[in-house]
Amino acid sequence: MKKEEMRDVELIIGKILRIGVVVSAIVIILGIVLYFVNGGGGYSDGEWPQRFGVMFQGVAQGKSYAVIMLGIFLLILTPVLRVVVSIYAFAKERDVLYVYITTAVLIILIFAMVFGYHG
Amino acid sequence: MDTSMLLFVVIGLFAGVLGAILGIGGGMIITPILTIMMGLDIKYAIGASIISVIATSSGATIAYLKDDMLNLRVAMFLEIATTVGAIMGALLVGLFSSTFLYVLFGFFLLYSTYNMIRKLMSKKGETVFTGSDKAVEKLRLADSYYDKAEKKQVDYSMKNVPGGFIMMWAAGLASGLLGIGSGAFKVIAMDTIMKMPLKPSSATSNLMMGVTAAASATVYFFNGSIRPDIAGPLAIGVLAGATIGARLMQVLKPKVIRMIFVPIILYMGVQMVLKGFGVSF
Repeated sequence: MKKEEMRDVELIIGKILRIGVVVSAIVIILGIVLYFVNGGGGYSDGEWPQRFGVMFQGVAQGKSYAVIMLGIFLLILTPVLRVVVSIYAFAKERDVLYVYITTAVLIILIFAMVFGYHG
Repeated sequence: MDTSMLLFVVIGLFAGVLGAILGIGGGMIITPILTIMMGLDIKYAIGASIISVIATSSGATIAYLKDDMLNLRVAMFLEIATTVGAIMGALLVGLFSSTFLYVLFGFFLLYSTYNMIRKLMSKKGETVFTGSDKAVEKLRLADSYYDKAEKKQVDYSMKNVPGGFIMMWAAGLASGLLGIGSGAFKVIAMDTIMKMPLKPSSATSNLMMGVTAAASATVYFFNGSIRPDIAGPLAIGVLAGATIGARLMQVLKPKVIRMIFVPIILYMGVQMVLKGFGVSF
């Protein structure tokens, strides 16, 4: 693969990554603003959502800590997004070897993340 | 509470700038500040620092991709080694003596410090390896980058790919077993073992450390280590800092980056050796 084609791959990944980062930053900032507007996190002391159900319920109710946690979770997903887009970008450039390599990284990563949810 | 949120943003900003320049996660900066200076429980400090690693990585990678500073193939290829190592580490916790591992990796960092000082002292300066290597050709790893400090395009190759791969696996294993970041080991694997230039090594490490951290971040997210009032403002500071750091790194001379890197790995090495012998700070 030529140098120029690699540039295209990098630029696609960069653009999508930027969207992911900006969205998660906006959600976190929104959550921090809510903290000051509501005068607290929305949960009793020493508590905050740690499971999806509680988190989404809290987001719907406009609870600050739930919104911040959602933003943090979106941020955790940005490296995954980067790997997914890389597979697409390598495939677009017909770089079969790196489609395999990057897919292997994605499978290992998802395995580890699911392991983290259940472990 | 409210003022401490602002303080977290400032700490994040500082860690993000440094992390993006050096290709390290900043956990070794954030964890001591949160535990020693602010008296936080180590559990929340680790949770906050893993989020900072991801924020540094994603924030810096946007700029490094745009400016063609990182090597995407090297990143993806070596990422296999690190993630497999990290999972094995997480599964094997308890099988190895952590004392032995801390001392082993600590001494490795001290040895790397010595190597880097020697490189700094060398009259040849920052030499770029451009020779040919079978594995590098097969995996098409050779690349080039534009050095804004020296105002020239630098074509580079590398060597000793299996050595770098094994080092990355060991770095992943250490991060899984000891719960430490492995950014410094990643930079050393590329710079010292594979002879990649320091700037793309740091940029590529930035990209990789986010993927490695994401693999373990879900554990911390769901076990209650991540406190929104700490990790939230910290992440915002780090994102801003990493964006600045990624631009700053490109105009710094490689030698200057190495001069910042040396005391940090020396500090980390000493910290790890001492921790192995039961002294933590």
